[in-house]
Amino acid sequence: MKRPLLLAVGLVVAGAACGGNKPAPAPAPQASANADSAAAAKARQDSIAAAEARAREDSERMARQRSADSLAALGHTTEAVRSMLGTLIHFDFDKSNIRSGDASILDQKIQILQANPNVRIEIDGSCDERGSVEYNLALGNRRANAAKQYLVTHGIEAGRIDTKSYGEERPLDPAHNEQAWAQNRRDEFQIIAGGDELKQP
Amino acid sequence: MRWGRCCVALAGLVAVSRPLVAQDTAAIDRGVRIGITYQPGVRPGLVLLPPPTTLGPVRDSLRAILWRDLDYSDRYELISFAGSDSIQVSAPHSLSTPHARPSVALAVLNYPLYRALGADFAVTIASRRSSDTLDITVHDIVAGSVRRVLPARFPALTAPGFRLAVHRVADRIVEATLGVRGIAATRILYLASGKLYRIDQDGADMKTLVSSGDRSILSPGWDHEGNRITYTEFWSGHGQLFVQAAGSGKRRAVTDGKTLDFTPEFSPDGKTIVFSRAIEEGTDIYALNIGDNCCLQRLTVGRFSDNLSPTYSPDGQRIAFVSTRAGAPQVYVMAPDGTDQQLFAPFDYGVTGASNAPDWSPDGQSVAFHREVGGTLQVFVLDARNRTARQLTSVGRNEDPTWAPDSRHLAFISDRSGYRQLWVIDIETGRIRPLLLQSGVRLPAWSPLLPETEASTP
Repeated sequence: MKRPLLLAVGLVVAGAACGGNKPAPAPAPQASANADSAAAAKARQDSIAAAEARAREDSERMARQRSADSLAALGHTTEAVRSMLGTLIHFDFDKSNIRSGDASILDQKIQILQANPNVRIEIDGSCDERGSVEYNLALGNRRANAAKQYLVTHGIEAGRIDTKSYGEERPLDPAHNEQAWAQNRRDEFQIIAGGDELKQP
Repeated sequence: MRWGRCCVALAGLVAVSRPLVAQDTAAIDRGVRIGITYQPGVRPGLVLLPPPTTLGPVRDSLRAILWRDLDYSDRYELISFAGSDSIQVSAPHSLSTPHARPSVALAVLNYPLYRALGADFAVTIASRRSSDTLDITVHDIVAGSVRRVLPARFPALTAPGFRLAVHRVADRIVEATLGVRGIAATRILYLASGKLYRIDQDGADMKTLVSSGDRSILSPGWDHEGNRITYTEFWSGHGQLFVQAAGSGKRRAVTDGKTLDFTPEFSPDGKTIVFSRAIEEGTDIYALNIGDNCCLQRLTVGRFSDNLSPTYSPDGQRIAFVSTRAGAPQVYVMAPDGTDQQLFAPFDYGVTGASNAPDWSPDGQSVAFHREVGGTLQVFVLDARNRTARQLTSVGRNEDPTWAPDSRHLAFISDRSGYRQLWVIDIETGRIRPLLLQSGVRLPAWSPLLPETEASTP
């Protein structure tokens, strides 16, 4: 998860740097026309050569810029899609059924997974600390598989989804109150393959 | 005799001030002792007389450990003399035998004095001449005679086996006086910050057993001989089961860690481990022959429910476990091959809270577990014969009970002090005491009586 994300951010930064730091393009075409009207043959020849050289340089730079821009744009899309795919869903205490409000989050993931058929994901189920330590491993497993079941019944191939349980071993918020517990009763979604370039659904 | 009368008067005074604690209300016992500490009740009184000063530095440790072990057995009214360590000159040896020869002390122990103090038993410690053997003598005060002489030799004070050797003497004193087995020579496993620790039952001698980097340890347990332990190593949703020699620390994996395996439990014959495995269709209980590392057998088929946390009856004929087949987790029981599954701890559907973490007592008569009551957890004990459950605790959150080998003490995790700490309750007297002050501890497992020679292979 971590390395592709950093890479994508790196590309975005590189693209922005490439576009931003270059000096504004020289006014080459206009200069060339002025020189022509002056009708000095030798000077014209030189000027044409110089203009051509500048134009060549410009187009090369533009090409570089375009490619950087599109990479950056692609990075932005990938990042946005990745973030959508990573949206958490939450559960009621000691429950593993998908809340109605969270179904729309899973529906969005279904569209993304359909648009990006090479992506494989892992769903990690977690619990709050109020239940029993060992029972929570079973409950986390049930939560992860509840989300997987939802995706599979909506057409995603089961082989593209791994599930894991973290029980209460990996709280997002270590505090001991209802707000923290509500945060910790969750499924996390991670891309484990095919996530370098993601298409918008 | 003047001294004796004084003691008796004091004893009478203090007697009325401290009723027998029978409910879950005990705070930390500060151990304030005025004059004679005397806890009235129907339990036999016992006097532990100070060991001879000739023992040197061992003396204080010996006395302190024996005292605590006998106290923590909750089987005696211990009678002590205030400040007896500092006023050793007038200690009972000189009291009873002015000419102080230890071997003579046995013969002329002042039985009437101790009887007047409420003692049924007295324990004296004497060193043999030109030998490092000590004679621990158990006196029957009522009969006015020596009940038994227990010869004992101890390793050096700093040797790793010293405390356990003293604990064994405490157990022999319990055996000599009451004819039952004690719990002094036992240890408790517990977890903190993902590491597995071990501690003597009296709260001393903590040792880290397993520290496995980014893997955290879960679900520790003992075999029924006290030779081996088993536990789960958990990382990234994986759970791998290990068996480890309690003595040498050598270990071997018994599952491959590709799945999430947890709550391993030895069968009484030590040949099988039953455990929970979480797979896509749910969590179920499996049995694995660890002698041949073969023959994985699935004992439950949940499909739409989870089955976990198995615990054997001591005769190996039944397994209690947790199942969510009725919705919330509750305690069920089955034959060791998975047949004859039925409800064990009764509950009111939709009313009784979730019940988890069962542990079958070594005498086979009870199953301890915790149940959600009013938004928190409390320890319950189920009578295995008539299947009625009673609530043991009520202060704070109390969970994960584990039986001592005497089937009357339970260690459990409680936050009654504000932090999750290890506590011990005696279900006969209701006495509750903290075992250690470390906080953030989880999943204790009390050993059986530990063998004299520690096994070195897992």
